[in-house]
Amino acid sequence: MAFSAVLTSEWTKIRTVASTSWTLATALLVTVAMGAGLCAVVNATFDTMPESQQIAFDPTQMSFSGMLFGQVAVLIFGAMVVGSEYSTGMIRSSLAAVPARGALLLGKLTVATALALVVGLATGFLSFFLGQALLGEHSTTLGEENVLRAVIGVGLYMALLAVFAMGVSMMLRNTAAAISILISFVLILPIVLSLVDATRKIAFYLPNQAGSAIMQTVSSPAVTSDAPYGPWGGLGIMVLWVAAAVLGGYLVLSRRDA
Amino acid sequence: MIEAVGLTKRYGAKTAVDQLSFQVKPGHVTGFLGPNGSGKSTTMRMILGLDRPTSGHVTINGSPFRELPNAQRHVGALLDAKAVHGGRRARTHLLSIAQLSGIPEKRVDEVLAVVGLQDAARQRTKGFSLGMGQRLGIATALLGDPQVLLFDEPVNGLDPEGILWVRNLMRRLAAEGRTVFVSSHLMSEMALTADHLIVIGRGRLLADMGTQEFIAHNSAGFARVRAADTDPDGRDALGTALTRAGGRVLQEPDGALRVTGLELPRISDLAHAAGVRLWELSPHRASLEEAYMRMTQSAVEYTSTDDPRAELWEQDPLALPAWEDEQAAPEVPRAAFFAPPPPGAGGSPFLMPSHPGELASTAKDSPEDTR
Repeated sequence: MAFSAVLTSEWTKIRTVASTSWTLATALLVTVAMGAGLCAVVNATFDTMPESQQIAFDPTQMSFSGMLFGQVAVLIFGAMVVGSEYSTGMIRSSLAAVPARGALLLGKLTVATALALVVGLATGFLSFFLGQALLGEHSTTLGEENVLRAVIGVGLYMALLAVFAMGVSMMLRNTAAAISILISFVLILPIVLSLVDATRKIAFYLPNQAGSAIMQTVSSPAVTSDAPYGPWGGLGIMVLWVAAAVLGGYLVLSRRDA
Repeated sequence: MIEAVGLTKRYGAKTAVDQLSFQVKPGHVTGFLGPNGSGKSTTMRMILGLDRPTSGHVTINGSPFRELPNAQRHVGALLDAKAVHGGRRARTHLLSIAQLSGIPEKRVDEVLAVVGLQDAARQRTKGFSLGMGQRLGIATALLGDPQVLLFDEPVNGLDPEGILWVRNLMRRLAAEGRTVFVSSHLMSEMALTADHLIVIGRGRLLADMGTQEFIAHNSAGFARVRAADTDPDGRDALGTALTRAGGRVLQEPDGALRVTGLELPRISDLAHAAGVRLWELSPHRASLEEAYMRMTQSAVEYTSTDDPRAELWEQDPLALPAWEDEQAAPEVPRAAFFAPPPPGAGGSPFLMPSHPGELASTAKDSPEDTR
């Protein structure tokens, strides 16, 4: 069986269910709209901000602040792409037609990741340009140092988050359970860990905390002194998390009865 | 050809399939029969490599399903009519499965036409009835034009016309030289569809034989013969004569005799020769359904406390007659062979008055009226 055949099939699958378009559209719209709104507010109130914040101000990262909510939709996308195969029993129909589990998994990951990357890049550029337009005199341009990396980083971050969600969902085989765990892991756990000084450092190594370093451009001591890694180092840590989740998912798929 | 050898599947302490060995040959419809929970679906899933056997193995055309190159072109299966994403349209569902093996899009429309779903091709499958789901599942199985086909309970949810269609489809596929393996819990359906039967209960093999052979083995007939009540010695004289002639005779509670091993005309002749008047001489044949239920009775997983079948296998006090001195194991010993009496007296299926005055006369006889 050719791998291209699996890719064609997975592409047909992913484009013919409604959840794909509404989760990805939500991710894009929420991120762009929230980012734009916050940029407008910051622009209006910049002079009243404390001086320390003014020095550390990162206009690029500011325009991506909608990602905090947009990433939830990305997690749901990843969880549903895999979880719906199990909840509907479609996985058995697929495996009864083609017994190559590894190829099926890889095909699904490839197609969904590529889609998330495209939507992520679109989100990054749209958020950036709209945000900068609203930031007025505090804005920056693509030509500035590190800015293009950060904008492309949005795409990479969203794609990796989607793969992470797919890996977790593959281990749990249940959309609802995967979404609950992912959201508490990505949104709630960092807040809980940062409440206590002793655990604050652990929060830096959570996948989304580490990965979001790629979307910052200003490495002022005021903001990044705590984080023990740079933008690419942070993304590397996220990649390790993602690899672990996918490996776990693969082991479950190949070992357990479908 | 499907070949299972010592196939066993355990879930914890529960053994779903126990040392199952069988062959499914091409050119025949092979029925896979068993009560609910007897391990049919688990066996099918093991054939398709979805479940790993705890021990033993099963091969399709000599190799395990997971190692078949281009599996969809060799094996087609309907396991679960509901195993589709409800949000996807019927045609795109089939297309996504077809594309896995590079099957052309034209074939998708072909199989949709074969199963009669061409008008529902653009509908989302969540709106499908169970019968439409079964048709979609059958279409999926047919996509790769495979030589080996597996269908798990394909007639569930189909209307009579659909059942007839499935029956003809199975027969046609087998006539084309394909291996067709169909599971069902309905004996009556399988008796019409399958040439060969594999019967399991509680995961164990109970029978593996041709359908005709199964019928011959399991639904042996008997004759009921009753001497005139007015002649007290008649019954014993008749019994002795029949036993001497090589028949096996058992006594039924109402005083009639149950005779096996002798044809009806011969029984009549023997009675005449013995000078016994007969009040009854009737042929009885147990239905295949009864034979199947008797075979699987001890293997039924879920039994209602109010099980109407209980009467089928409750041993009646069949007395061994006086002239039968040896305590032989009776060939056809059970009351199970009686077809359940039709509702209403006189064999009419419904209690209907035969003439208008009948109801009035019974009303007059009822105790309420005599008061």
